[in-house]
Amino acid sequence: MKHIYIFFLLCSSNGLIAQVETGDVLIKNGTVLTITDGIKDSTDVLIRNGKISQIGKNLTISNGETIDATGLYVMPGIVDAHSHIALDAVNEATRPVTADVWVGDALDPYDVDIYRALAGGVTISHAMHGSANAIGGQCETIKHRWGVLDPDELRMEGAPRTIKFALGENPMRVHGERSEIVPNTRMGIEQVFRQSFAEGQEYQAAWKKYNSGQTKTPPVYDHKKEAIVGILTGEIMIHCHSYRADEILMLMNVLKDYGVKKICFQHVNEGFKVAPELAEFGAYASVFSDWWAYKFEVYYSTAYNAAILTRNGVVTSINSDSKELIRHLYHEAAKAQKYGELTDNESLRLITINPAIQLGIDDRVGSIEVGKEGDIAVFKNHPLSIYARAQYTVVDGVIRFDSTHDPVDMRVDVDPEEGIPAFIDSAKHSGHNCEEGCMQGAHTHQH
Amino acid sequence: MHNITLYISCFLFTLTTLSAQQIQRAQNGIFLLKNGEVYSHENGLVKSDLLIEDGLISQVKPSLSNPDAEVIDCNGLQIYPGMIDSGTKLGLAEISAVSLTQDHDEIGEYTPHMQALTAINPSSVNIPVNRVNGITTVLAVPSGNLFPGTAALIDLHGYTPKQMDAGFAGVVLNFPRSGKKHRWDKRTDEEIKTDNKKALKKLNKYWSSAKSYAAIANKKKDVKYNPQLSAVMPIVNGEAPLMIEVNKKEDILAAIKWTTENKVKAIFTGVAEGYRVLDSLALHNIPVITGPILDNPSRSSDKYDAAYANAGMMHKAGIKVAIRTNETENVRNLPYNAGFAVAYGMEWKAAFRSVTLTAAEIFGVADNYGSLETGKRANLFISDGDPFETNTTIKHLFIKGWNIPLESRHTLLYDEFLERSPGLK
Repeated sequence: MKHIYIFFLLCSSNGLIAQVETGDVLIKNGTVLTITDGIKDSTDVLIRNGKISQIGKNLTISNGETIDATGLYVMPGIVDAHSHIALDAVNEATRPVTADVWVGDALDPYDVDIYRALAGGVTISHAMHGSANAIGGQCETIKHRWGVLDPDELRMEGAPRTIKFALGENPMRVHGERSEIVPNTRMGIEQVFRQSFAEGQEYQAAWKKYNSGQTKTPPVYDHKKEAIVGILTGEIMIHCHSYRADEILMLMNVLKDYGVKKICFQHVNEGFKVAPELAEFGAYASVFSDWWAYKFEVYYSTAYNAAILTRNGVVTSINSDSKELIRHLYHEAAKAQKYGELTDNESLRLITINPAIQLGIDDRVGSIEVGKEGDIAVFKNHPLSIYARAQYTVVDGVIRFDSTHDPVDMRVDVDPEEGIPAFIDSAKHSGHNCEEGCMQGAHTHQH
Repeated sequence: MHNITLYISCFLFTLTTLSAQQIQRAQNGIFLLKNGEVYSHENGLVKSDLLIEDGLISQVKPSLSNPDAEVIDCNGLQIYPGMIDSGTKLGLAEISAVSLTQDHDEIGEYTPHMQALTAINPSSVNIPVNRVNGITTVLAVPSGNLFPGTAALIDLHGYTPKQMDAGFAGVVLNFPRSGKKHRWDKRTDEEIKTDNKKALKKLNKYWSSAKSYAAIANKKKDVKYNPQLSAVMPIVNGEAPLMIEVNKKEDILAAIKWTTENKVKAIFTGVAEGYRVLDSLALHNIPVITGPILDNPSRSSDKYDAAYANAGMMHKAGIKVAIRTNETENVRNLPYNAGFAVAYGMEWKAAFRSVTLTAAEIFGVADNYGSLETGKRANLFISDGDPFETNTTIKHLFIKGWNIPLESRHTLLYDEFLERSPGLK
């Protein structure tokens, strides 16, 4: 009887790991921007079984696709450390702490934004819970395998678990201002964290007691506390929506008290003010290139943020938080270069290896190195030029975007009964729009 | 709640004033730009000197000299006319999430008499941040209902709205929309059609009142005060263009029909799906202000680059095209919007013209703006390369002959925090 159970268990756990399509492709004669090993002129990159197997001259392929990259630039697939595309739900905006929920339960492989991101060279995005709650839900790192129909096939298997935290106006407005519960202030937000971590520690201790036989009855299983324990043990990494310097310092102080070592601050518009403290803590920063002034807490911003953070030794990335911006992160990196004179390679790091470090996947992606996964973007013109245009985007050795075979309508779920199609009026959607990004589904009137 | 908002507003005002004082003053005088390459729309970059006097470009030719002039060595540099963003909320909004800092959206369906120029805040922190990228002039546009107000063309330097006035004001019409407003628009197709019909009816009713009013007012002077109707008199009389915001293919066609029937001289703005109606737009000779270029396609069935390619396709079809960002705090991305249009098919020269001379022509101010010619306003910038490229640096900026310091909140914070002192201790 026991064996049957184990058999079923094995079957179901196997069923969870989707079979991912990999491919073989030879990218010939391009200018290869490796990110970690300089620029290699007129060089070939060979991908076999979804992994980079060789970088060199005169490579050949017996079976698989060939891309002629003569005159083109070959770079690692772009990684976006903050996105909400490919999600059916973003905010569980009902409690200040929702560590139990997971956006991985709401993946949407039909979202055409995946294809549009590929058309800008982006191969991986961090699909995040929104910023309505001080402790939001868990996030999912996905690969842009456009065309797959099974949500599980979007997951980047083995990528570390992450969770969304949020500071400042969003959780204050959603819970304090709207529902009159803590947090209504930045003081309240600190106490939400301290309370949750303390409860997590108690829960952890209770399990320890039970497992060592000190108590007979197990603690009541608690999904939320399980996630908090995951943060305390370092298994789940925090990615925290933040803007102001004071609140950034606050969270680092809380984390020190609870022994949490790893954090990536997201947006972190005033990160430049506390760059030495961020560097000392070893915190990461994932920022916008130039978004500011759309709300009060980003009024004292500077587009030189990425440069100041980089110069102070903080591992920094540029993210999108937008289905529009995700299509031209290479241009966002170029603007980050403009404001503060980063080198070409420093700027490209902002959208490749640095976000990969922040997601804990830098041993697998983010640079062109033998053994890494075959995620590649091929550009006409240097990717930091305004005239750059993605030509091919490859994920696991499979060409997922090909500008020479690019039909107009790329939807995979056309509604046969669709009447008047949704028409998004650009006039209403310029600049930062949180209803499209981190505040989706939070039902506030806030932009 | 109101107290908080009031507090924030007072707080903002204080800080705005403080930070504005930190920015160096602009300098007026005679400036001789020596040995640079001067850009002309006809001939491209040509080696020449350029003299600025009394706020104007007084001479453009090689080997100029003037004993009273401050000489700026432009060797190895390029001189371009200042860029014009043909649609923004710059000066009308400070922080989009703080409603009391927004002055672009008045109450009421028909408020064409609301003047953007009145509400321009010359001390907006947004202005220096944006102009340092070479944008010298913008159209500040009211938003909201059917007739939200009158847009104003402003130069990005001055202490009063009047000093900033660049000589164009245009009434805005948000043409009734026949599409779903967004993905979550819950109205049925029938409801959408009915709403659209109702809105068109409202527009026509208002317009026929405006025509009657104009007919009477044209004959006798003492008509009853009616700001809603008198504001559109110049349009009814064919003396001024109407700026019509319209984006969807079907709506563009409806707007063309409406302007033709009512003999309205129009400038279309937005025009996201212009590429779907190229022939009609070209046939009716309607100038277009389009953008943002860095935008998503309007429909999920559209090609990924629809918004990137639209401006170039319209230009190719012979339509007069200017480019806007539709931005407030990031108007500075105008050159990059134009640059993306180039990457996706627009000729460079046409794209640069679309953010300079073509815009000036559409607003009827080409005598003063849009190119580096004798007698025009000295709105220009000096760069070390292609203004559309992000790694190009703007070295000098002139607005109406004033030498503008290349400072803003963003550069000041950079200077202060790159190497913060005290650091960790």
